[in-house]
Amino acid sequence: MHAYESDFREPLINGLDKTYTKITDDLVTPTERTYKGWWLTISVFAVLACVFVFCLCWTVFYGIGVWGLNKTVDWAWDITNFVWWIGIGHAGTLISAILLLFRQRFRTGINRAAEAMTIFAVICAGMFPVFHMGRVWDCFFIFPYPNTRGPLWVNFNSPLLWDVFAISTYFSVSVLFWYSGLMPDFATIRDRAKGKYRKMIYNVLSFGWTGTAKQWQRFESLSLVLAGLSTPLVLSVHTIVSFDFATSVIPGWHTTIFPPYFVAGAIFSGFAMVETLMLIVRKVFKLEDYITVNHIESMNKIIVLTGSIVGIAYITEMFIAWYSGYLYEQFAFYNRALGKYWWAYAWMMSCNVLSPQLYWFKPFRRNLWITFILSIFVNIGMWFERFVIIVTSLADDFLPGSWAYFQPTWVDVGIFVGSIGLFMTLFLLFARFFPVIAIAEVKSIFRTSSEVAKAERAKKENLSNGGFVGHTTFGILDKDAK
Amino acid sequence: MGAVAKQSNNFILGLWDHEEVFLHAIEHIRHDGLEIYETLTPFPVHGLENALGYRDTRLHQAGFLFGLTGTTLALSFMSWVMTTNYPINFGGKPYWPLPSFIPITFELTVLFAAWGMVLTYCVRNKLIPGYVPRIYDVRTTDDRFALVFDIEGKSASEVEKIKSMCSSNGAVEVKNRVFSDKENL
Repeated sequence: MHAYESDFREPLINGLDKTYTKITDDLVTPTERTYKGWWLTISVFAVLACVFVFCLCWTVFYGIGVWGLNKTVDWAWDITNFVWWIGIGHAGTLISAILLLFRQRFRTGINRAAEAMTIFAVICAGMFPVFHMGRVWDCFFIFPYPNTRGPLWVNFNSPLLWDVFAISTYFSVSVLFWYSGLMPDFATIRDRAKGKYRKMIYNVLSFGWTGTAKQWQRFESLSLVLAGLSTPLVLSVHTIVSFDFATSVIPGWHTTIFPPYFVAGAIFSGFAMVETLMLIVRKVFKLEDYITVNHIESMNKIIVLTGSIVGIAYITEMFIAWYSGYLYEQFAFYNRALGKYWWAYAWMMSCNVLSPQLYWFKPFRRNLWITFILSIFVNIGMWFERFVIIVTSLADDFLPGSWAYFQPTWVDVGIFVGSIGLFMTLFLLFARFFPVIAIAEVKSIFRTSSEVAKAERAKKENLSNGGFVGHTTFGILDKDAK
Repeated sequence: MGAVAKQSNNFILGLWDHEEVFLHAIEHIRHDGLEIYETLTPFPVHGLENALGYRDTRLHQAGFLFGLTGTTLALSFMSWVMTTNYPINFGGKPYWPLPSFIPITFELTVLFAAWGMVLTYCVRNKLIPGYVPRIYDVRTTDDRFALVFDIEGKSASEVEKIKSMCSSNGAVEVKNRVFSDKENL
C-alpha cells in the first residue's frame, strides 16, 4: 500500500517509542500548557509591537516627513521592509505547495509553522505600502470600486496595482491553505480536551471536523489543487513585486533579471526565517523527533541553492551593466558596489553569497548552531539586498545636484523593529494555541518514513533472508539493533 | 457519508489500529455485503476511497469552473473599464493593453478558484464553525481507524454477524454505540 522508501534515507520521525498516540501526545502537549519563559518572551515582543503601533500613529499624525526620506530618496526603509517581509512570507506556501507537488515528505514536519510564518510576514509586509501612502484613511482608493468621480478607475497598467491584487490574493489563499490543514488537527485537540470550554472552542475552530473517509477524500483533492494553484501564485507574487522596480526607468531597477532573482531571494530568506524559528520551536517544545537534523539539512540544501542563484544574479547584473554600454546603468552599479553605500553592499554580498557556501559541506549543514547563526545572517543580508537596490539606485540619480544621502530617523527604526515585534507576537500566540506541526500529515508518513517503520522493515527483511544483514542495518539503524 | 433520511441512534463501532489491516478488513466486509455506514480515520489513508468504492470527488472540477469565472470576470471587467466606461490615454499606449491584464487576470483566477473550492469543500463536508458533529469515538482523531455500522432495526443475528466480521478481520475493539437524546442536541 505505502510507497516504498529506501532505508538509506534517514527517518523523518525519530524515536523507537513512537506510535500514533505518542505522536498526538507530543504534538498536542504544547497547546495544553504554557511553557516557561513564554510570558516573558511574548511580553518583550508585545512591547515592540506597541512601538510599531506608536510609530505608525506618529507617522499618520505628523505625516511621512518624520521618516528620513528626502526629495531624491523617496522610497527607503518602508519599501525595503515591505519587500523583506514579503520575501520571508514565501517559504510557507513554497514548502506546503511546491514540496507537496514534488512529494517531499520532509515538508510535513515544518509546513504548518512555515505557513503560519508566511501569513504573519505578509501581515507585516502589507502595513508598509499602506502607511507609506501617507493618507492611510484613503487607502481603499487602491481598489477598483464604483465611485462618484466618473467613475474613475484605477490604472490597470500599473505594476503597483498588480501588487495590490497579488499580495491580497496571496494572503487570502495562504490563509485558506493553512486553515484547511488546521481543521483536522483542531479536531484532534478537541477530542482530547478535558474542559468543556476548551472542547467547545476547539470544536468551533475545527469547523466540526470528524475525519470521515469522504471528508478526507475531498481534503486530499482540495490540498492538491490548492497546491497546484499556490505554486504559480508564490512565483507570481514576488515576480510582481519585482515589477514595481523592473518596469520603472531608474538605472539599477530597470533590469529584466529581477523576477527570477527576486523569487530566488524570497525563497532564500523565507527558508532562513523558517530555520531561525524552527530551531527555537523544536528546542522549546521538545519536538526534536519531528523536526530532525535531516529536516534542517534539507532546508540548508535549499538555502545553498537559492543563495547561489542570488549570487549569480548579483554578478550577472554587474556584467550586464558593463555590457550594456549604457553610462547611467554602469554608474549605478559602480556606485552600488563602491559608492557611499559600499558597506551595505558588503553586508549583502558576505551574508547572502559567501556565508551560505559553507553548506556545501555536510558537517556545516547538520550543525544546529551554525545553521542558527547563518539563518540570521541570511536575513540580515536579504534586508540589505533590498536596501541596496532601493536606496543606492535612488540616492545618486541623473543630476549630481540632487544627489543625497538617506539616513533613517527614530521613527523608521521604530517601525522596522516594531514590525519584528508584531511578527513574533503573532507567532508566539500561534505556537501557544495552535498545533505547530501538522499532526495528521505527520501520521500519514509514519508507516513509511519513521524510525519505527524502518526498524520493523529491517527486522522483517532479516528474517525472510535467513539472517541476511544488508543495507537495512546501515547508518542510523545500527544503533537500533543494540 | 452524505445525509440520511432518518437519523439512527444505534451503531456498532469497529476499531482498528493499523491502516493496512483496516483496508483489508473493509474489502472483506464489503465483499460479504455488509453495509458500512461511516468510516473514520485520523489521517488520509491512501486507497481508502477505492476500498470503500467511493466515486471520485468532483471538487477539482468545481475549482476549475470557479477559476474560469475569475478569469472571465477579470478580463471582461478590465476591458470594459479601459475601453468603454472610462478610457484614459496613458502616454499614447493602447486602450486595450492585453499584456498588462495578465497579472491581475491570473491573480483573480487563483483567488476565485481557491475561495470557491474551499467554500464548496466546507459546504459538502458540513464544515461550519460551531457545528457540533456526532463523535462516535474520540480516538478516531488520534490513533483508531473506525467502521460504523447502523443497526437500527437489525436482527440480533445480523448484529452478531457484523461483530464477528469485525473481530475476525483484525479489529482491536468492537462495541455498541448508542447516542442518547442528550448527545443528539
